[in-house]
Amino acid sequence: MMRVLPWLYLIAAFGFIYLPVGTLVLFSFQSGTLPVPPFNGPSMRWYAEVAADDDLIAALANSLLIAFGSSAVAVMLGFGAAYGLARHVLPGSVLMRGLLIAPLTVSYLIIGLGLLIVLTRAGFGLSLFTVAIGHVVINLPLAFAIIYASMGAQQHNAERAARDLGAGEAQVIWRITVPMVLPAIAAASFLSVTFSWDEFIIAFLLTRFDVTLPVEIWSLLRSGLSPQLNAVGSLVFLVSVTAVILLELFVFRKRRS
Amino acid sequence: MSLDNQSVQGWGFVTPALLWTVAFFVVPFIVMGAMSLATLEGRTLIWGVSLANYAEIAEKAYIWRAFLVSLEITVTVTVVAVILAYPLAWIIAFRVPPEWQRLALLLAVLPFWTSYVVRSYAWLLVLAREGMVNQAMMGIGLISEPVTLANTRFATVTGFVHFFVMLLTLTIYANLIQLSPNYRRAAMDLGASAFQTFRHVILPLTLPGVVTGAFLTFVLCIGDYVTPQILGGNSELTVPQVIMVQLGRRADFPLASALAIALMCIVTLAYILSARWLRLDRL
Amino acid sequence: MTAPVSISALNHWFGAFQALKDIDLEIGAGEYITLLGPSGCGKTTLLSVLGGFITPSQGTVRIDGRDMTRVAPAKRPTTTMFQDYALFPHMTLRDNVGFGLRMAGMGRRTRNDRADAMLDLVSLADAGMKRPHELSGGQRQRVALARALAVEPDVVLLDEPLGALDLKLRRAMQDELKSIQRQLGTTFVHVTHDQEEAMAIADRIVVMNAGQIEDHGPPMRVYRQPASLFTADFMGEMNHIPAQTGHAGIKTPFGTLDHTTDHQGPVVACIRPEAIELGDGPVQIGAARVRDAAFFGTHVRAHLVPDAAPDLVLIAHLPPGDVPEPGARLTLSAQQAAFHVYPKGD
Repeated sequence: MMRVLPWLYLIAAFGFIYLPVGTLVLFSFQSGTLPVPPFNGPSMRWYAEVAADDDLIAALANSLLIAFGSSAVAVMLGFGAAYGLARHVLPGSVLMRGLLIAPLTVSYLIIGLGLLIVLTRAGFGLSLFTVAIGHVVINLPLAFAIIYASMGAQQHNAERAARDLGAGEAQVIWRITVPMVLPAIAAASFLSVTFSWDEFIIAFLLTRFDVTLPVEIWSLLRSGLSPQLNAVGSLVFLVSVTAVILLELFVFRKRRS
Repeated sequence: MSLDNQSVQGWGFVTPALLWTVAFFVVPFIVMGAMSLATLEGRTLIWGVSLANYAEIAEKAYIWRAFLVSLEITVTVTVVAVILAYPLAWIIAFRVPPEWQRLALLLAVLPFWTSYVVRSYAWLLVLAREGMVNQAMMGIGLISEPVTLANTRFATVTGFVHFFVMLLTLTIYANLIQLSPNYRRAAMDLGASAFQTFRHVILPLTLPGVVTGAFLTFVLCIGDYVTPQILGGNSELTVPQVIMVQLGRRADFPLASALAIALMCIVTLAYILSARWLRLDRL
Repeated sequence: MTAPVSISALNHWFGAFQALKDIDLEIGAGEYITLLGPSGCGKTTLLSVLGGFITPSQGTVRIDGRDMTRVAPAKRPTTTMFQDYALFPHMTLRDNVGFGLRMAGMGRRTRNDRADAMLDLVSLADAGMKRPHELSGGQRQRVALARALAVEPDVVLLDEPLGALDLKLRRAMQDELKSIQRQLGTTFVHVTHDQEEAMAIADRIVVMNAGQIEDHGPPMRVYRQPASLFTADFMGEMNHIPAQTGHAGIKTPFGTLDHTTDHQGPVVACIRPEAIELGDGPVQIGAARVRDAAFFGTHVRAHLVPDAAPDLVLIAHLPPGDVPEPGARLTLSAQQAAFHVYPKGD
């Protein structure tokens, strides 16, 4: 019995973990109008409705734009800060590191609220652009922490060797540093895109007309349960899972070999 | 190597990130702090130094009750999630054969990647009166009438626990796998049973990691708006929901700011209490 | 306290790879045995089997006459000292050393007394309240030993215990390990890849290679009369001289050796650098040109090219006098018994 117990727990845990997602995907193929049992045979009707929903498509495009845009900025700023702090001994670097990491412990709602107050008081209009600003704020600490942690003695020495051989600063960064910390940059980028893509509250607070996908889904929710939401959710899940699997296959496998 | 030249370069790299953080994180914080001391007369904002908003938090029942609700829910979620996640992380780290561990872990956290909003919605489906759980319970004869599970605190806690079990499984697993396998071997070699090994060696050594994960859970849970809003119903509100109410109908920035600052204080308190074990850099 | 160990017909596979091949070994109670060999030879696998961390695919392990092949580590009368010491970082030294006693149900006062006594045995008295991170590598190693000995095992298994220490500390610890073992009389099985360490410390050396036992015996015998070519090479430097079996003996470029062997065909005649003598002798190596020479304190190590076999380079340990110049000519010889003959490709 004791031998079997761990496996029973594993199965029960996985059952709990997959219950909502399983239900979501199953009833996205519902042919009726309610995404609850009984399941009346598979139908692609709701996926078709999703594809035809212009607002959803627009929201999706906005989400992608903000996700990749804000991630690019966050990773660049984070890389710069990591490089600067790892490479050179600056006064107060402990304080600076603390400051850069601080936003990690603050609730997104509070970060969004702060930005909302400042931006509206300053007369700045709300738009996708302001959402992107907020997303950089939440992703910068993560990008910095991940890249900084991966900068070690090994590539410090490689950089020194390169400088010794006459490379300029820009060349050192481009040809030596970046390739050596590429896994960390990739991980930081991936996480930033994921967090931004999925983020709700800041996107909700800091935009007026153009919305991101989570916010659009939220609006749809207001109109009640519908298999169309299941379809959207399942699509989002499918895309994210595919990205994770691709990353696992190409980035992490390569690192191991 | 001239120190000055190097320093200037160093600053050049760090400054953009610092400026961004100051401009879009620190400044809003300070402004929010000032805003919490301001007052609202009708539609006009009056800057000043007034504790009226904080007084309101203490006096208005529906507000301080929200703090109680938030704390109760958050503590419950943290405890339950840790208790459920630790054995799962343990089983993956020590019972699953090494070649399969990555896959097992990946499968355990895959639903992490459904949109946060969508996942809470999915729980609504599962817990609805016509949903899977009720249908299953009626099917096996446990109940004769559907039970109200959605739009209750139970639903909120379930939704939260679901999310945080995945997060904690990941962090606790990372902790367990870092332990030298020789610790367990040495303990067993000296006569310890599996339970004794866990109690005297593994648990104390993983406690810092667990506390870090629990702290993260606490922070994320107490500040979350989506899950209580979708799953909790309207019978009781959490602090984030109260904040959003101030923003929505009344555009009461001062009160909302005060609530946010109060929430931050609670988080800071939690940090101080757990600081002994906390290692954020080891996340 | 102490017990003999008997290993018979031990075979073990990791998947398709055979890590242990037909291991038969008898270890007497109170013996200090070293398992000596290069990385991957199976010595650590064998130690893990003795400790109960691996159940062997085939074969039996008997400790004190009882079959322990499938018994868990907790229930065996063995304790293991791990390469990384595995001291519990969150416990004091006293709690570390007393851990096994606590698991056995001993009361707090008694086990603290015992723990202190063990710490005293390894020269760390009064350090009981410290934690592992406050200690140096050498000190940690001693605590690990104390912890292993506290439960009074019959057999102590040591997995490359001195690998992380610098030379001087290593030498001191070898002496201490030997003296403690003598004092307690417990059977010690000690894994190492350092043949000098093995010779310094062991009652008997077991030389392993590719999962098999190549040779075993007292250090002097294994060094002076190695049973196989691998053992000969592993125990110290050896000169390899290609030779042929003939009806009168072994034919080498330097004459015929009066060794007998069942093998027919090409063989290798080996001789240690320190066994090559200057001047004339029973086996006349003859004139040789010095290629280079260096002073090594206790001897002069020289590379010499003999006239009789110009494509050979012999290594010799000459008396620590003047260092001959490159190009100088010397006469070399050796005793018959200094040569060891092995089949080629052994």
